[in-house]
Amino acid sequence: MNIDDKLNKLKYNCDTVSHLNPCAADCKECKSKICTIICPASVYEWDEENRKLIVNYENCLECGACKIICEKKSLKWDYPRNGKGVTFKLG
Amino acid sequence: MEQNKIEVIIVGAGPAGIAAGITLARANKKVLIVERGSFAGAKNMFGGAIYVEPTKEIFPNFLEDAPIERFNIEHRYVLLTKEQSTTISYKTQEYTKNSCSIIRAKFDSWCVEQAKKAGAYFAPNTVVKSLILDKGRVIGIKTDLEEYYSDIVIIADGVNSLLAKQLEMRKTIKPKNVALAVKEVYKLDKNIINERFNLNDNTGCVCEFIGYPMDKELGLGFLYTNKNSISIGLGIGLEDIKKQKLNVNDVLEELKKHPTIAPLIKDGELQEYSAHLIPEGGFKKIPKLYANGVMIAGDAAMLVNNLHWEGTNLAFKSGKLAAETAIEALNNNDFSENSLSLYQQKLENSYVIKDLKTYKDILNNIEPRSASFFGYYPKKIAEFFKIFTTVNAKPKKQEFRKYICSWFTDRSLRELICDIFTIIKSVMGVLK
Repeated sequence: MNIDDKLNKLKYNCDTVSHLNPCAADCKECKSKICTIICPASVYEWDEENRKLIVNYENCLECGACKIICEKKSLKWDYPRNGKGVTFKLG
Repeated sequence: MEQNKIEVIIVGAGPAGIAAGITLARANKKVLIVERGSFAGAKNMFGGAIYVEPTKEIFPNFLEDAPIERFNIEHRYVLLTKEQSTTISYKTQEYTKNSCSIIRAKFDSWCVEQAKKAGAYFAPNTVVKSLILDKGRVIGIKTDLEEYYSDIVIIADGVNSLLAKQLEMRKTIKPKNVALAVKEVYKLDKNIINERFNLNDNTGCVCEFIGYPMDKELGLGFLYTNKNSISIGLGIGLEDIKKQKLNVNDVLEELKKHPTIAPLIKDGELQEYSAHLIPEGGFKKIPKLYANGVMIAGDAAMLVNNLHWEGTNLAFKSGKLAAETAIEALNNNDFSENSLSLYQQKLENSYVIKDLKTYKDILNNIEPRSASFFGYYPKKIAEFFKIFTTVNAKPKKQEFRKYICSWFTDRSLRELICDIFTIIKSVMGVLK
């Protein structure tokens, strides 16, 4: 089962703005792009053509691993606003 | 200011926040629990079981009333190589005594209902943006919409605690201080679960998976039986995830394919996929727990005992002790750091800090030897049983001699000495 099928099982109440805000300048310099590898919801993708990080924040499971692992320590990570984001019906 | 003032505000309706809330409400204190999710439990995730005795301390009637899935009677420790497995199982019939599986979202919702019945106020859908400070003292919270004031704030906002960080009570978390866990819940008919695990409708089984596919990392897999579903997942240290460039979802997919595990979840329908960080820093990473007008409890205070898979009960206990401290502070009308230092004393006198102290070095000791303990030894144990159970034309003595020699010739002798030293150091560390 691929990750999209798994995420489709989840209940999301999407916010209109992203709660995940990487620093564009730092991302360009970042060598490992580790967030694109480790995120359990595959939120991050590197767009080589435009040299920027694509953030599919609406898929976020709100674990916080990206913030801690960020090579540049510059990923701004917040909680989605009032009740928005993922809801675990089982947890 | 006065109209939005209450005696205690608790941030986070997880086990720490709810335990604090109900303890305060039972003492007739005015308390508000705020929660960023749309209900208590909406943002919470854990492996699958809570322990009976520590839970009773907060909810004496929970065995009769709370939504419990199954009482665990069996713990299986399953050592995995790519194709083999060696299982050690402990089974008891004293089934209501130790632990039970729960569905976090249902259980936390029940817990918060009990707190509300006791008199606590509950505000879901509320994200706390920051703490309000006045002359170095925490006097309230700022949400997206409003400001609320209180004599004391208890921070129980979980492992990522943005508020503890705002106060600089907690240092920036490093990858080696947390593990990243993922879990899937599979719907299965209860009779199928009963048959697969030799259970009845009320009894459950816990499995720990050690080794493949986490044979180079500090990581473990787990499985819990619920009434009509099975939870399966794993956790790996974030430092190892970084070093090995792993995606935990891929590792979980690999684990589920293992010939010992695949039949356990066969034909299950995926109900939910989730991820969460687990504090791994132990005793050494406990932050400053109190300051003027504020205390920190649960995962936010990094209170997790990874050796015994205890998180929920340490959250319960720390929440309760923070609340008891708050009750005394309210009675004395003293919310200073000095007054709230009682919380630290209470925690130190409880099993919470005593146990974390006992295990303070163990993960640090094992981490550099992960490939040994999670890769090499599960393989050697499987190898032994393969020799012991296989009958072929070769004389056994020769086979055993070859096997024993392999312990010294597979790797450099230094590796073996390092492992023995690590085991001795860890055991001594626990017992001293």
